[in-house]
Amino acid sequence: MADLSKLSLPVATPETQHFWEGTQEGELRLQKCLSCSDTYFPPRPFCPTCSSQDVEVFTASGRATLYSYIINHRPHPAFDGPYSIAVVELEEGPRMMTNIINTPQQPENLLLDMPLQVVFRKVSEAVALPYFQPAGSAI
Amino acid sequence: MKRGSIAIVGAAETTELGRIPGLSQLQLHADAALNGMRDAGISMADIDGVACAGESPTSVAHYLGIQPNWVDSTSVGGCSFMLHVRHAAAAINDGLCNTVLITHGESGRSNVGRSGFRGGGAATLPGQFEAPFGGMGPTTSFTLPFLRYMKETGTTLEQLAMVVVSQRRWAGLNPRATLQEPTTVDEVMNDRMIAYPFTKPECCLVTDGGGALIVVAADRVADFPQSPVYLLGTGESVETPMISQMADFTSSRAFKIASANAFAEAGIQHSEVDHVMIYDAFAHLPFYGLEDMGFCKPGEAGPYIAEGNTSPGGELPVNTNGGGLSYMHSGMYGMYALQESVRQIRGSAAAQVDAADISVCHGVGGMFAASGTIIMGTQETL
Repeated sequence: MADLSKLSLPVATPETQHFWEGTQEGELRLQKCLSCSDTYFPPRPFCPTCSSQDVEVFTASGRATLYSYIINHRPHPAFDGPYSIAVVELEEGPRMMTNIINTPQQPENLLLDMPLQVVFRKVSEAVALPYFQPAGSAI
Repeated sequence: MKRGSIAIVGAAETTELGRIPGLSQLQLHADAALNGMRDAGISMADIDGVACAGESPTSVAHYLGIQPNWVDSTSVGGCSFMLHVRHAAAAINDGLCNTVLITHGESGRSNVGRSGFRGGGAATLPGQFEAPFGGMGPTTSFTLPFLRYMKETGTTLEQLAMVVVSQRRWAGLNPRATLQEPTTVDEVMNDRMIAYPFTKPECCLVTDGGGALIVVAADRVADFPQSPVYLLGTGESVETPMISQMADFTSSRAFKIASANAFAEAGIQHSEVDHVMIYDAFAHLPFYGLEDMGFCKPGEAGPYIAEGNTSPGGELPVNTNGGGLSYMHSGMYGMYALQESVRQIRGSAAAQVDAADISVCHGVGGMFAASGTIIMGTQETL
């Protein structure tokens, strides 16, 4: 059986605290530059496009599409059988790594550009991770 | 760098490649360095600059008994050695040192005394935003862009398998290659799945080994026994430590910048290139390399390789030692690509290309994280 204690869990830094507090509260938090309007990820207290420090944290829609993925066939103690590692493109623009869950881990069920929705899972007392599932799936 | 102002006058790999459980990683550096100095006809006392990755130049210089005036510990993954060559050229031209030793040694297979290039901890950005999703290193991250590349370009899995088939043809001509038996598209595609869509033969070997280069000002080449290999052009860049943040999954920004600068410095056209090395940690790397360097238009590298153009007898010989897929791959393969380019320009390669006057040697570091390009030429190209 999958042993979630074998996952490599994130340790937040001051710059990323808001993101990991957000996942605990069921929110996917991104940042937006108030100077040039760029929405960006991963977190940092300045805009990577124009260097402005006038930035805000906001809650993203959680909607995304499947940008690319692999299905890992080598055994990992935190997963049961082959599992997808994916990069999704968020509706707001940035991309992030995740696992696609609640669907068979096979190429015919994982089609590039398919619509996805974020779903949060508590993997330890202190950490919830953002996963994605096909849009419209029951959680 | 002024075109032709710097030359490689010593080049050698470790005596053995493959499984070398009898040597520590530091001794692999030393074995390569001793072979490289023998090749150049010099001794430790002649070296005044040291560059290496995987081990620190402090460790390597002290172990070898060298007291340097200049060191470079640039460590951006497997292409670090391309960057060392470029940095050494600048340092020599600026008078900071005269004779630079660049070493690589890696106990990638046997793990004897291994240290060096590793990922960061759980609080780094990759540790926070990639590691939690079960990545297992290069097999799951380097491969991740390829399904997007396939969709955008129409490249097929058969064409991916043909990269392995093509390079195995070269490896069959090389007695030092780890895998020399010919293979087929069917064999490659039906092999064990590692990370869909990549099967085992589409992932690089994991071996032990090392290599060393000796770099000097070109006006000194008459003092050395080997036919000189001149640097015509150099380039480097980095993009991102996170594969998820690579700007375009069909093209590497670092590849484009490093190679464009090298070609501009060399002042050559692609049609003048006789030989190409493209660091192939996985079978899709030659697609990105050929396209981002400008040898093929976007999406054309798959058919180009599948039609045999990069195989023995083809118009553009690529990865003539067999590459990381068939020759060897210790973890930071860039040094072996450089060694093969040097051999081709010297005319001493196992699978020697006819009239190899210009060789382009292109490296990747991390998972599309960094890149370095070195263009080498014979005396006739100056």
